[in-house]
Amino acid sequence: MSILPLRSSEAAFERADPLAVRIKGLKRAFDGRAVLDGVDLDVRAGEFVALLGRSGSGKSTILRILCGFDTEADGEMQVARQRSIVFQEPRLQPWLRVLDNVTLGLRERDAAERGRAALDEVGLLPRARAWPVTLSGGEAQRVGLARALVREPDLLLLDEPFGALDALTRLRMHALLRTLCEAHRPAVILVTHDVDEAITLADRILVLSDGRISLDIENRVSQRSARTDPVFEEQRAQLLTELGVR
Amino acid sequence: MSPNPATVTSLPLARLPSIAEGAAPSRPAPDKPVALEDMRLSGSRRVRRQVPQPLLRLAAPLGFLAIWQIVAALGLVDSRSLTSPLAVIEAAAALWSVGDLQRHLLASLYRVVWGLALGIGSGLTLAILAGLFRWGEHVVDSSMNIVRMVPVIALLPLIIVWMGIGEPAKIALIVLGVTFPVYMNSFAAIRGVDQKLVEAGQAFGLSRWGLVRRVILPGAVPGFLVGLRWALGAAWLLLFFAEQINADRGIGYLINQAQAWNRTDIIILGLVIYGIFGFAGDQLVRLIERFALSWRKGFQGA
Repeated sequence: MSILPLRSSEAAFERADPLAVRIKGLKRAFDGRAVLDGVDLDVRAGEFVALLGRSGSGKSTILRILCGFDTEADGEMQVARQRSIVFQEPRLQPWLRVLDNVTLGLRERDAAERGRAALDEVGLLPRARAWPVTLSGGEAQRVGLARALVREPDLLLLDEPFGALDALTRLRMHALLRTLCEAHRPAVILVTHDVDEAITLADRILVLSDGRISLDIENRVSQRSARTDPVFEEQRAQLLTELGVR
Repeated sequence: MSPNPATVTSLPLARLPSIAEGAAPSRPAPDKPVALEDMRLSGSRRVRRQVPQPLLRLAAPLGFLAIWQIVAALGLVDSRSLTSPLAVIEAAAALWSVGDLQRHLLASLYRVVWGLALGIGSGLTLAILAGLFRWGEHVVDSSMNIVRMVPVIALLPLIIVWMGIGEPAKIALIVLGVTFPVYMNSFAAIRGVDQKLVEAGQAFGLSRWGLVRRVILPGAVPGFLVGLRWALGAAWLLLFFAEQINADRGIGYLINQAQAWNRTDIIILGLVIYGIFGFAGDQLVRLIERFALSWRKGFQGA
């Protein structure tokens, strides 16, 4: 775990319950308009958290702060040092072949070997030498997943990673993500505005509104058979209400 | 956040009238008749025999040459104002046989190659300094933008005062002309590299040098190549001006001499040589593009 004190903090860490993220009183304003207004959030190691919110609610801002892209926030924050991210657009370097994209920034000797293994996990080993422009949207996003997982993160940040995919590809990506998370057990923060996606994937669902976490519930829907679970509709209605849709 | 097709499925669908609720099983047809159009479908029959592209591209210039030769051969224009293509070839052969043509060609090539090499080097160096460092931008970019506005030819008197009228002055003129297009395009390209890709590079632990090497410079290559194209054009233009100052060899000198003797065949020979060199340079840049930008076209590679 690395300590990222936004203000000075020497945060005592509770060893008993290993956390991947600990956020206290996180505030961020853009031009005087408070987007995050005191967010408290703990994520346990290995926990899959979905963060829902309307567009503009600041959910992506939280991810950017967790990533270290945005350092102009106030509050206390501790984040797993081993963390990686999958963006909404794949953000592959177009001039690097698929494998080189996966191993980007890795300094280990066996980087290429690990990159191949990660590509194999997402089913794209045959495309290791391809240029990113030749990939379909789903394939590019799978390369993005491989690039994140090859770093063996304790914390995986997903910024609407399936938002730009078609509905069928998205379903297959959900299954793939579930398998990968079971194999690697990182803590996951999935930012999304898709309630169904949150219910089918997460252990815990948060709703961000007015700059705070306004709802924090355990996902009671069985993930093996989410759609047929009677709790599904009930929980969906609860989340949609919180998001102001119903 | 872009509009997301999946959220559509989250909308309450129950409000749509369904058959079970007793709505009409199908909507009535509109009163207005629908005009149907016959579409002509040609299937795969329309495949024509393909003439190779290079031949097609050569057809127009060759046709032009043929017409020119015919016009000249029929004596429709005064041969002192315009010679025939054949006369140009004869002039080239005559100059070649006494070794003059080679001498002029080599002199011009020497100037252009040195001018390009030094100009590309300085333009690229300045662009990298200004593109990667804030202080570099403050120091370099403002000055470059001021100097850029001065016509390069207008610097010629100053160059002559400083460097005399020998080879260095000629090369210096070309260097100046090449530096600016290379600088402007490369600087803009470095600054134009997608911020999202830079962020991704940072997120995955690239060092500052790693970012430069794997993200910023590769991303700036297309812009640099545009600058290179402009630079080639500038180099040939300025070569001609450079060869007006106290030259005793070079294609520009050859053309100038020919003008004094009313030898339009040699003048046109000089122009053709410029054209061929310019074309060859452009082809070279295309070749570089095919290698450096293969990721764009999506070649699979080996």
